[in-house]
Amino acid sequence: MFQYLLRRLLLIIPLFIGITLITFVVIHLAPGEPVEMQTALSPKASAKTRERLREFYGLDKPLHVQYANWVKKMARFDFGRSFAPDGRPVIDKIREAIPVTLSINFIALILEFGLAIPIGILAATHRDTLVDKGITVFVFLGFAIPTFWLALVLMYICGVKLNILPISGLHSLGANKLTGLAWLWDMAKHLILPLGVATFGSLASLSRYTRSTMLDVFGQDYITTARAKGLPERIVIFRHALRNGLLPIITILGFSLPGLIGGSVIFETIFAIPGMGRLFYMGVMSRDYPLVMGILVIGAFLTLTGNLLADLAYAVADPRIRRGNTA
Amino acid sequence: MLNRQLRQIDTSYFYRVIWKRFRSNRFAICGAMVVITLFILSFLAPYVTPYSPDDLDAYHVLLPPSSAHWLGTDELGRDVLTRIIYGARISLKVGFVSVGIAAAIGTVAGLFAGYYGGWIDQLLMRFVDIMLCFPTFFLMLAVIAMLEPSIWYIMIIIGLTGWMGVARLIRAEVLTLRERDFVLAARSIGASDTRIIFLHILPNAISPVIVTATLGVAGAILTESALSFLGIGVQPPVPSWGNMLTSGKDYLEFAWWLSLFPGLAILITVIAYNLVGEGLRDALDPRTQI
Repeated sequence: MFQYLLRRLLLIIPLFIGITLITFVVIHLAPGEPVEMQTALSPKASAKTRERLREFYGLDKPLHVQYANWVKKMARFDFGRSFAPDGRPVIDKIREAIPVTLSINFIALILEFGLAIPIGILAATHRDTLVDKGITVFVFLGFAIPTFWLALVLMYICGVKLNILPISGLHSLGANKLTGLAWLWDMAKHLILPLGVATFGSLASLSRYTRSTMLDVFGQDYITTARAKGLPERIVIFRHALRNGLLPIITILGFSLPGLIGGSVIFETIFAIPGMGRLFYMGVMSRDYPLVMGILVIGAFLTLTGNLLADLAYAVADPRIRRGNTA
Repeated sequence: MLNRQLRQIDTSYFYRVIWKRFRSNRFAICGAMVVITLFILSFLAPYVTPYSPDDLDAYHVLLPPSSAHWLGTDELGRDVLTRIIYGARISLKVGFVSVGIAAAIGTVAGLFAGYYGGWIDQLLMRFVDIMLCFPTFFLMLAVIAMLEPSIWYIMIIIGLTGWMGVARLIRAEVLTLRERDFVLAARSIGASDTRIIFLHILPNAISPVIVTATLGVAGAILTESALSFLGIGVQPPVPSWGNMLTSGKDYLEFAWWLSLFPGLAILITVIAYNLVGEGLRDALDPRTQI
């Protein structure tokens, strides 16, 4: 167990180097100069100004030096300054945006698991009945509907036509005057649509997975034994079948992180939520290289951490790994 | 000679069984019919519709669906149905080219990693791990936004960020296959590594790739539409379902058809590919009973 832990932790180092390398290469493959964004709009910018800007951002140095400098600074959590007019440190911008995205994704994840696993079990216990087929159609719809389209339609119906839900941002104007529950309720109303869209879209894989695993487990001998003992079906399903069937879900949880963070671009942009996705989109559109690189690295690092935690949780939950039978 | 005959008998029987199993799945057949219809429509687009996708018509702007324009017209008087049919070309192209790239890279990487093992395996699989850490959509946005927007870049990027799953699948298959007797037999008569990998192992490892690729087409179509929707995908005036939705959203209040039909087109196509993919999975998996 200890060895396993140590090896998993050590593996982070090469993975992290790989992440920074790929990020750096991807950004520097792009044609065009980042300083052009700042100089193209002002005709007064001379070649000299441009040179000075290049020097200021360290773009005049050879690539490997730039990479080394970038990584060295990153070790001190210094991601450089944003190219945006405000010129604030990238890390500050990211620090403001991360909690928004992470908490929204966290709630979406809880909703996803809270919904997908029960309907997956329901589909399995009612195999090939109308319930099963209805659930299949429902989750397939969620998977196949383009997120942005569903978001738009819901915005139009709930926000414009019926005017029952706010459609952009996290708070209403003047929400800072509200206190306690009223403030929370205001934010909850803003989150209903984004969360609904995000959750609906992610139900399919997990519920289908739950269904097929449960069906597999139902065929096992120990389930037959449990039933033969005359145990109530409820206990057979939840205590005997579910426990064994759901172990791998921990791993799925870890793997769903990059998808969730990536998907946040769409709904944060549409619903004007000030999170990582929107920040990244704006950064990309204005060629804000330090910001884009910073978010890529941090996003990947979050996933790396998530996967590691999932692996550890799996090791703790699965006695076969906990006792060190597996390498 | 005998070898060749044996192989022919064997494969034709194999495909007949697969086809029989696939055919018995009604959903999969429905999906396949939708996909085939889309192909025919997009190939014959100029003969199917009397309009051209870029025909501006200032007198027939934002018309609701009618007998002349089945799905209405857009803000420039272009026929929506025509643009959806031409948009299908983009979707099919993006789906197949990007998945083709992903499947090719993933298959080769998986074959080499699984067959050779050792440091090649370590290197390739750690690279897969690293790629899997990135939120794919972020990576795509970063690259595409910095390049000139072009459908070819989009297809290449979707392909380059989507091969890791295939690589893992193939590798896992190869790990069990390479210990099998027929591989040993091939090696004992002096077959080269390349021959063993591509002629003996690949055909036996390919079925999960077919399934993943089919599902991947659906994913690629969704991704392309999302990129186009964000304005960095297929550029107007070339019609794609994604950019039709982008321009349609400004008219949501008085021209619902501009937002409804392209969205439905994406939805139906994605569902169709998924049904085909699931059908293939069941048909190719010897464990499922149909």
